[in-house]
Amino acid sequence: MEAVRFEHVKYSYREDESEYAVNDVSLSVEEGEFVAILGRNGSGKSTLAKLINALLTPTSGKVSVFGLDTSDEKQTFAIRKSAGMVFQNPDNQAVASIVEDDVAFGPENIGVPREEIGKRIDFALNAVGMQDFRNAMPSRLSGGQKQRIAIAGVIAILPKIMILDESTAMLDPQGRREVMAVVKKLNREQGMTVILITHFMEEALQAERAIVMHRGEVVMDGTPEHIFSHSDALETYNLTLPRAAYICKKLQAAGMPIGEAFTAEELAEEICKSLQKG
Amino acid sequence: MQIVAKGLTYTYNPKSPFASQALKGVDLTIEEGEFFGIIGHTGSGKSTFVQHLNALIRLSGGQLRVGEYDLSSKKCNFVELRSKVGMVFQYPEYQLFAATVEKDVEFGLKNFRKELTEAEQTAAVREAIETVGLDYDALKDQSPFELSGGQKRRVAIAGVIVTKPEILILDEPAAGLDPLGKRELMELLHSIHGGWCKTIVIVSHDMDEIAENCTNAAVFSDGKVVLQGKPSEIFRQADKLFSLGLDIPMTARCALLLRAQGIEIDTDFTCDDFAEKVSALWRKGGNHAQ
Ligand SMILES: Nc1ncnc2c1ncn2[C@@H]1O[C@H](COP(=O)(O)OP(=O)(O)OP(=O)(O)O)[C@@H](O)[C@H]1O
Ligand SMILES: Nc1ncnc2c1ncn2[C@@H]1O[C@H](COP(=O)(O)OP(=O)(O)OP(=O)(O)O)[C@@H](O)[C@H]1O
Ligand SMILES: [Mg+2]
Ligand SMILES: [Mg+2]
Repeated sequence: MEAVRFEHVKYSYREDESEYAVNDVSLSVEEGEFVAILGRNGSGKSTLAKLINALLTPTSGKVSVFGLDTSDEKQTFAIRKSAGMVFQNPDNQAVASIVEDDVAFGPENIGVPREEIGKRIDFALNAVGMQDFRNAMPSRLSGGQKQRIAIAGVIAILPKIMILDESTAMLDPQGRREVMAVVKKLNREQGMTVILITHFMEEALQAERAIVMHRGEVVMDGTPEHIFSHSDALETYNLTLPRAAYICKKLQAAGMPIGEAFTAEELAEEICKSLQKG
Repeated sequence: MQIVAKGLTYTYNPKSPFASQALKGVDLTIEEGEFFGIIGHTGSGKSTFVQHLNALIRLSGGQLRVGEYDLSSKKCNFVELRSKVGMVFQYPEYQLFAATVEKDVEFGLKNFRKELTEAEQTAAVREAIETVGLDYDALKDQSPFELSGGQKRRVAIAGVIVTKPEILILDEPAAGLDPLGKRELMELLHSIHGGWCKTIVIVSHDMDEIAENCTNAAVFSDGKVVLQGKPSEIFRQADKLFSLGLDIPMTARCALLLRAQGIEIDTDFTCDDFAEKVSALWRKGGNHAQ
């Protein structure tokens, strides 16, 4: 089933439409896909994400989420229930004065039964490694701790589509690993559709599909490996190669016969093969 | 100016039911001239520690000296200290407030350098804006809110470096920037490091960034410094770092995998050095570039 569909979508923050933050985007995301969205600052990624869960509605064109038109106000509730979003800046996300209530807010809002909510809170806080902070006050947490709570709040909704807008930017490496592992697990085991906006090229490699935005338009769409093999175009979009791929290119330039590598594992394997051949 | 912390402790909301001890005895020396990295799990006390360095958080336990300033002394001149120790917060662009880029950058100056003439101020603001790689004439009258994420970050940094602090502290300065923006920001920091800016301290969750840029680093865990040294030494201790909720750079992960295959790469874990060491090994095996 088609989870998200954009048909010639334009969005302008300006009354006079003198500039489009999203400019004539058409795309389709199937249920169960894991899509990374890349692109320079200001290229329209967050705007695109907000168009999916009806926080913004298109200036022209049409966005549908599981067949529901986001411009139809009667559907907004149903759309938000199926598309959960974690924002970029954790500071403005906390709604309650204790963590537990904060995580419960989403599920309560969509009418999850009381008995079930407790379980969801447990599951979500465990997923982000914050089970010991159930009764803490969000305002008194560190930046990364707040971000984990925000992610737990969306996990607790168990949305069909999860949109992560640079949600791991402030997390420590273990937090990043844990959140990515949970997201991948929900994607694999529950078929949750994942849309991951990220500036970490290594993180994008974990997706099966990557979309590059530039000046509001989708300029590349393919597997992450495909996108990173077009390294001359990357610079135009303010992207860089994953570090392993960069090293790989340097080795090739030095004359070493070595195959493509994008991750540490692939690079080690290629170096091994190349050295043993020599 | 050398930074010396001894037994630094700090508790948020002391004597209340919500008391939480963020620093539990930090011992750390940062020499002048370093490009110093601070890493550590979420909530380990990094931000709390660095905010002590320009007295944004007042010392409440232990000792702290920054150059000639003894922060445990009542007589410490905090205003002067703050003009010499610049602090760029996490997501500093959220603190931009003025109507124009020029006014925003100027604000930092007006606070600390009251003795400057109007002309001197304008010159200093222009220099700061140009140092961060922005076009002064094109942007000075623009609203900072109309800039891109990367440009806002640069304006916020300009507002801090406008006083030419000897020590510049940046709390996760590259978070949220696009990959090229990150690289450019690091290049910017290296370009001012060693001039009027003697010491740079960055807090980061990006192990690769620390390996690529820092001369020395400290690892925080649960309110204490648990490891300190060159990144090349710290990142050799993979198991310890994993147990502290951290990671090792991509190059270090690759080196570990190669070691398991009997291939030793003696690298400082920067990408360029790693590539050089691997190709040297390949050439030693009797291979030559065509
Ligand atoms: N609330 C707003 N009002 C007016 N313009 C906006 C608003 N939010 C974003 N914009 C503009 O729309 C464009 C796209 O912004 P968007 O936030 O979607 O970019 P992004 O790709 O998410 O960038 P980043 O990587 O910095 O988060 C930019 O030019 C931005 O300045
Ligand atoms: N304003 C505050 N009130 C109460 N406790 C706080 C406050 N700020 C931080 N803390 C607590 O102090 C400890 C250290 O927080 P700090 O912000 O220094 O961590 P950090 O290492 O910078 O983390 P992060 O990587 O998430 O930014 C944490 O346990 C946090 O919950
Ligand atoms: Mg964004
Ligand atoms: Mg912090």
